Amino acid sequence: MKINRETLQKLAHLARIEIDPSEEKGLIKDMEQIISWVEKLDELDTGQVKPITNMSFEVNAMREDTAQNTLTRTEALKNAPDRSGDFFKVPKVLD
Amino acid sequence: MMSRDGYEVVIGLEVHVQLATESKIFSSDVNSFGGNPNENISAVTIAHPGTLPLINKKAVDYAIKMGLALGCTINRELIFDRKNYFYPDLPKGYQITQDTTPICVGGGLEVVREDGQKKFIELTKIHLEEDAGKSMHVEGEDYTLVDLNRAGVPLIEIVTEPVLRTPEEAALFLAEIRKIIRYLGISDGNMEEGSMRCDANVSIRKAGEPLGSKVEVKNMNSIRNVTRAILFEIERQTDLKQCGKTIFSETRTFNPTRGDTTGMRTKEELNDYRYFPEPDISPLSIDEEWIRRLQAEMPELPQQLKARFENEYGLPAYDAGVLTEEKEIADYFLDTIGHTTSYKAVSNWLMGPVKSYLNEKGISIQAFPLAPARLADLLALVQSGTVSHTAASQQLFGYLLEHPDESAEESARKLNLVQEGNPDRILALVEEVLGQHPDKVKAYLNGKKALTGMFMGEVMKKAGGTIDPKETSRLIIETLESKR
Repeated sequence: MKINRETLQKLAHLARIEIDPSEEKGLIKDMEQIISWVEKLDELDTGQVKPITNMSFEVNAMREDTAQNTLTRTEALKNAPDRSGDFFKVPKVLD
Repeated sequence: MMSRDGYEVVIGLEVHVQLATESKIFSSDVNSFGGNPNENISAVTIAHPGTLPLINKKAVDYAIKMGLALGCTINRELIFDRKNYFYPDLPKGYQITQDTTPICVGGGLEVVREDGQKKFIELTKIHLEEDAGKSMHVEGEDYTLVDLNRAGVPLIEIVTEPVLRTPEEAALFLAEIRKIIRYLGISDGNMEEGSMRCDANVSIRKAGEPLGSKVEVKNMNSIRNVTRAILFEIERQTDLKQCGKTIFSETRTFNPTRGDTTGMRTKEELNDYRYFPEPDISPLSIDEEWIRRLQAEMPELPQQLKARFENEYGLPAYDAGVLTEEKEIADYFLDTIGHTTSYKAVSNWLMGPVKSYLNEKGISIQAFPLAPARLADLLALVQSGTVSHTAASQQLFGYLLEHPDESAEESARKLNLVQEGNPDRILALVEEVLGQHPDKVKAYLNGKKALTGMFMGEVMKKAGGTIDPKETSRLIIETLESKR
């Protein structure tokens, strides 16, 4: 499968990473190789196979509705890169 | 509804309802509104590596109940899907939702428009998902604050087909949905606090043409604002069409102060959510027994109850509508008529003095001091003529509210409100009054029939309101006529 620059940039945008133009060529080549390697799987006809959505084969694994906070705010904020008072603080995002 | 210039309006709604479970949908954190920031969180909610979501059974139950209430087909084999997007209000980088197997499909709801026309609003689906946290953008600062208390709160999203044609239909639909979720007890449906939220997809087209570009309007925190936002959007789109301009398919936010909508700037040129099955949650298989159990728990729903109030108890449609507005009022009515068959009288009392009292005190019927049986006793006193309606509503009712444990009849005696049914006493009073006004009696006999009202007033004054007005009126006329 051919990957063009637009596809690469779109993926980069979705992953929120920046790609230096000097890296583009090499990354496109890598991606094409990875995808052709995975495309090997297309040779198998899976038309009649139901997709697996879960590896455990468990059904109806549920919990009862009992409330319990398992983490304190202090613990939760401890590993945050930045905080402000009781809030997580992140670079400005506007949708 | 046709907009100006004969455009047909097409509206579809997406209603998010927060489920009133104790805990969140995929973790045990407390599910409650308000609270201090980041109080109700867990390693699952803040998306620490290695954590796994486990679904709350109650949330599934609630979603199924809503589906049953709206006549949906319940999907029996369910999986969840990941909707991928980067936004700090959901730190996993995706929302767990249902894309391919919504828990309920089809179904719908009938609304009755102001003009009496009925309209069935079809649903596309109802699916289960998790709510996101809240981000606060501080004006002029280069950072955003995040509170994850709401992240992971269970939601159902109810999606209608694009079959609504007027803002009125949208408002009626929302009011009915809110009533149903409250009857089911699955949410408080508070739009101001965001436990029920509505996005409206609005477009216009010439009749018979394909659907126009769809504009999604967000941020309406009341049914009234949903109406205002849709009205504004119809006008705006019609204006654009009239000037020959293009209507862009976009998301717009409603501004309640100005009453208009503005386009939301979006960095995302194209939303690509890359849905795929959520591998961390095992599939759900809903069997007959599960559904039967929930069916058995279902209360009678507002529309059924309204019909029953009209058909079984002969209440006017208006009364039935008012009484079924809230489940608790309807229950109170049903409890009261367990003690009396004067259905309409109970309705009148509930819609009149009781409602006024509740409004005045700002309380709900659950906090109403008088037990249904007591109210029925009070009504019985009026029905039997023991206490006049006026005395009952203006004095006895108030007294019983202060003394809810005392018997209605004893209280009436204590307050001296018991009407004398004794014709001898009434007759004596009538004779006394007539004796004091010989000229008026003459005038009556000469044809001034209207004077009975004046005699009535005098007699009642003497009796202090404790005699039966009907009987009194009868005796006054009888006595006067006997003097001819």
